[in-house]
Amino acid sequence: MAKNSILLLRNYMQYALNLHTKTYCTKTPPHYDIIIVGGGMVGTTLACTLGKNSKLSDHRILLLESGTPHNWIKTEKYSNRVSALNLNTYNLMNKIGAWKHIAEIRCSSVKNMQIWDAISDVMISFNHEEVSNVAAHIVENDLLIYAVGKELCCLKNVEVKNQVKIKEFVLPQQPSQNVFVHLNEGETFTCNLLLGCDGAQSQVRNAMGVNYISWKYDQMGVVATLKLSEANENVTAWQRFLPTGPIAILPLKNNLSSLVWATTPDHARALIELKEVDFVDKINDALWKPLDNSSIIQESTKAFNKLLEFFELPTSNEKQLPPKVIGVDPGSTAAFPLGFGHATNYVKQGVALVGDAAHRVHPLAGQGVNLGFGDVSTLNKILGEAVYSGRSLGQITDLQEYETLRQRHNFPTMVAIDGLHKLYNTEFPPIVLLRSLGLQFTHALNPLKKAIINQAAR
Amino acid sequence: MTADPLLNSATIDPKEYAIFNNISSVWWDPKGEIRALHYISSLITPFILKEIVNAGLPKKEFVNTTTPLKGLEILEVGCGGGLLTEKIGSFGCNLTAIDINSELIEVAKHHATLNPSLTNINYRLEAVEDHVLQNTKKYDVVITNFVLEHVQDQELFLRICIKCLRPGGSLIVSSIGQTWMGWFFGIILPEFILSKIPRGMHEYDKFITIEETQKLLEKYKCRTTSTRGLRYGIIGEPWIWIDSTSMFYILHAVKSHY
Repeated sequence: MAKNSILLLRNYMQYALNLHTKTYCTKTPPHYDIIIVGGGMVGTTLACTLGKNSKLSDHRILLLESGTPHNWIKTEKYSNRVSALNLNTYNLMNKIGAWKHIAEIRCSSVKNMQIWDAISDVMISFNHEEVSNVAAHIVENDLLIYAVGKELCCLKNVEVKNQVKIKEFVLPQQPSQNVFVHLNEGETFTCNLLLGCDGAQSQVRNAMGVNYISWKYDQMGVVATLKLSEANENVTAWQRFLPTGPIAILPLKNNLSSLVWATTPDHARALIELKEVDFVDKINDALWKPLDNSSIIQESTKAFNKLLEFFELPTSNEKQLPPKVIGVDPGSTAAFPLGFGHATNYVKQGVALVGDAAHRVHPLAGQGVNLGFGDVSTLNKILGEAVYSGRSLGQITDLQEYETLRQRHNFPTMVAIDGLHKLYNTEFPPIVLLRSLGLQFTHALNPLKKAIINQAAR
Repeated sequence: MTADPLLNSATIDPKEYAIFNNISSVWWDPKGEIRALHYISSLITPFILKEIVNAGLPKKEFVNTTTPLKGLEILEVGCGGGLLTEKIGSFGCNLTAIDINSELIEVAKHHATLNPSLTNINYRLEAVEDHVLQNTKKYDVVITNFVLEHVQDQELFLRICIKCLRPGGSLIVSSIGQTWMGWFFGIILPEFILSKIPRGMHEYDKFITIEETQKLLEKYKCRTTSTRGLRYGIIGEPWIWIDSTSMFYILHAVKSHY
């Protein structure tokens, strides 16, 4: 009996406590129209782009970032993490006013590209006459965030919160409901539209529970800043496909280039342990050292070259020689794992994924972040149009349009990149022969090359 | 309900009044009996905005912002539960929305409170012929969205709507044509074959062709500047724009200065 009364009493007390919290302690949490999770390159750019969209003016935007506030100070030393920005990204940066800050500080342009097969020595090149302008801009990731952040801090409708850890997202079940974002510190925000830009390990994606197809490549990316011997005009991006993975060097300035080398994990770990002199030797070997190849492949590619010459088409004989590496910037060497990821759905009612949260690719084509910036452009346009058509933000029909448009571009690009990776990750002679002939053929046909450039520029 | 004094007005049909009373509870249900109206209002909102902007009515500095219609006085006649009203209201205009059905006006008023930013809509339970007494030549834009085929005296109704409009203002009218296509797609298919909308909601006798509407508007010095047709999609998009204006149509007419 006594036990029962105690239980009863406890129940009552709990009830009273609940009542108390409900009536006195709940106030409506701060509401935003849009909350962006993740302040990386894509998240920051998205916040800035939406904040500057006149059709979304006086919509309140909140950017949540787990890291400390970004504080970039210019030093002589270049960062080892750089991105090759395509034409679409360049236009976006110009539109939001961030490009002038980048151009003021530093960036380099790629005017030519040369890609060749280490086994057959067949190459393809993209020259600026064919591209008609700059193929890509090489910008340090930190500098890009700094430049966008400089524009972002002038916007009155965008708030940024740093060092924020998110406990959970409560996504709407019905169109009229809001998204709730609960922080670890106990704060809560609500919004009409939640945008997940929180990278490959996206928390937002987990909360959405969408199907995510992913695998790890048996490769790691090694990055470093390289010193070159020649001090002449450095405007060419070089990439050589080795059987273990592609090695690429991208121009930073006249005697400096950035290395992105995808190779087997064991090799990558060994490389970053090496002394500078040995590492330089390995890089030069990877760029220059001829590999044994079978005579059949040699004869076939030669014969095909002859055939192309007969029709006066471009051949692989015009191959340029890559620069010689003489040193590595101390402390610039690092390695990171590579993977593929594809969310089968980018959106749900009131929430959308942007950038690496939705898709992750092999860096061999330098497309990863550009796909993310493409998402930003498309989403910005669709959200502006939605509001201008009298619809509220976060409507599933608008978000689905974003998903359709982006998947139509992203997915084929991703499949192509993954296909290239698989195609070049083998030494099996028939495959090497076929890919070499295919590369020669592509190089010979300008319209095909232009189509590739167009896909990569969007 | 018959005690409602409004029912004595010249433009109101008591039979229609009862039908609309019955569906007031499902008005905002996107899968309910009037879901077609949800799709239609989503489709025509950008059209209406574009027409008003192209007519040069809003101030230039507001175009392409969140509030493109700021400063304009707009009247919606027959707003129902406020489907189109809230969309137009989100453009920042001063919107007066009238309807003669008290239950629908309550639905509309209630739904507007769910969105705290919608403070610019003034819902009134009023017939247009009463409204005009105080508001002659007041509005920059008058909108009647699929109302014309529900009113008693269509010519009088349009005349009064135009009377509310200032010279140079825009009138947006949408309705269903009195053609066999309108009959089939407006009554037979949705009410009898697909049972998508309540039976008896539309009467063929009250349908009015676009030519007839234009003639009436012309009579009261309104020149039609653009027309568009729409229909529901068989597959894919629920409602789409089409060239033919013989079944469902929307038109934009401008009131002359003379």
